[in-house]
Amino acid sequence: MGNYYQPEIETAPREKILEIQNEKIVKQVRHVYENVPYYKKLMDEKGVTPDDIKSVDDIKKLPFLTKADLREAYPYGLLATDLKNCVRIQSTSGTTGKRVVAFYTQHDIDLWEECCARAIVAAGGTNEDVCQVCYGYGLFTGGPGLNGGSHKVGCLTLPMSSGNTDRQIQFMMDLGSTILCCTPSYAAYIGESLAEAGYKPEDNKLKAGIFGAEPWTEEMRRSIEKSLGIKAYDIYGLTETSGPGVSFECEEQTGMHINEDHFYAEIIDPETGEVLPEGSKGELVFTSLDKEAFPLLRYRTRDICVLTRKKCSCGRTHVKMCKPMGRSDDMLIIRGVNVFPSQIETVLLNEGYTPNYQIIVDRVNNSDTLDINVELAPDQFSDKVSDTQSKEKALEGAMRTMLGIGPKVHLVPPKSVVRSEGKAVRVIDKRKLHD
Amino acid sequence: MAINQLSVFVENKPGKLLDIVKALADANVNIRAMSIADTKDFGILRLIVSDTDKAKEILSSDCVVTVTPVIAAEMSDKAGSLASILEDFAFEGVNIEYMYAFTASTELGAYVVLRVDDNDAAERVLKSKGIAVLDGVSI
Repeated sequence: MGNYYQPEIETAPREKILEIQNEKIVKQVRHVYENVPYYKKLMDEKGVTPDDIKSVDDIKKLPFLTKADLREAYPYGLLATDLKNCVRIQSTSGTTGKRVVAFYTQHDIDLWEECCARAIVAAGGTNEDVCQVCYGYGLFTGGPGLNGGSHKVGCLTLPMSSGNTDRQIQFMMDLGSTILCCTPSYAAYIGESLAEAGYKPEDNKLKAGIFGAEPWTEEMRRSIEKSLGIKAYDIYGLTETSGPGVSFECEEQTGMHINEDHFYAEIIDPETGEVLPEGSKGELVFTSLDKEAFPLLRYRTRDICVLTRKKCSCGRTHVKMCKPMGRSDDMLIIRGVNVFPSQIETVLLNEGYTPNYQIIVDRVNNSDTLDINVELAPDQFSDKVSDTQSKEKALEGAMRTMLGIGPKVHLVPPKSVVRSEGKAVRVIDKRKLHD
Repeated sequence: MAINQLSVFVENKPGKLLDIVKALADANVNIRAMSIADTKDFGILRLIVSDTDKAKEILSSDCVVTVTPVIAAEMSDKAGSLASILEDFAFEGVNIEYMYAFTASTELGAYVVLRVDDNDAAERVLKSKGIAVLDGVSI
């Protein structure tokens, strides 16, 4: 059996969870309808009133919210309570457009931190642990969320924020950090830096890491676990719903338990908006159940995901979501097959390549073509033409197995994949030019 | 004695080769021998230069570069010299991955750069025929 922060709710029978959800959704919808004119208008247009929502089964009647709504309603349009009741804002980085600002009452902060506390305890955290939080602090939800969770568990909390790796390592070694919270890419970097400084994985006291806020693969997990000598747990969340802790992994490491007493999850067809049955792959949609300041109903995350209610060995009864497989707006339909850049990335990492690649989709003679330019790493280069061509063939084979369609792979020199503002342009869809 | 050849991965696009050659020129590195193997997408440029270490350092900042030991043999510039060497290679089972040749002048002879699967065996063959194998300095 696992470790729980709130065992009575985390292991509650399904009927009990449903009862809690049904009771909360009725109140939540009424609260939004009465306080958020923006959403009231959406409901009115759809002909739905709070009286129509009697249980979570009725959530499918509600209108969706998208990132575009958040932009349009920026900054106060979706606020559901007086500002005098709010104690905090958090915000997104705004890399994909206008930033999202989320508001919190003390109640909202408490429930968010509780969710993070559940994640820390699931990773083996107790009040005897030293929890080093190197997610960014400030507007970003990562630092404040895990910091609050760590306080609730009673860990000695190291509010490091991100960066200054030498100092991270010094505190980690001097104070004997046992739990590390940061992005997976920073965890990998810390691992490399420790090795460079001459430390072996067994030299640190870390036992667990809670990593999230960016996509990472199973291969990356194994490599971080090895380099730090820990067990690495995934955590998921988004500013729109509160922050990290919407869902978290238990020791089974086979998906993240969604905190269903606070967030109701649906999987929908991204094209039609239709709710799909359990086990289907589709877009993840969240409805908050008991937030005061910024309760979003049916918020489309754009993350492509699968939900499962299969019994978990940890004893938790809350539904599990898989690691997001990509974003619905990243999805390419090539010759009728759904292709996600993340699948291509997984193959590249599996085969020992860098994740520097570019996907070029075109239409030649009414048939879609898929070309993938992959940067060659120095240690993979041979002076023989045949070696390089065999590498391309091998990659094409691995891609075909993963994607279900065969691409043409081209190895290209390092740094030749076009980057804009430091971020690689992953997809060029030339079909749009022809249409 | 094997000498070091630089192999550079080059995109098959106008100006790419120029960039490399120019970088070497700016660093005052002299090219003694070269060849390009080309495919539709890329080429592999093979170079024997006056200063391999320096050239590698310069090119590595923007290109993928690898160093491969190859054999440079000197022979007389007349019909049949190469055939005679290759006959012995075939007999000894030395496989040639690729090669390129150049002549200096008829008096000075011809040179062939050989990338083979077994440098030691190739050198033995050449030595037994009295063919000079060049070192990095003499080339």
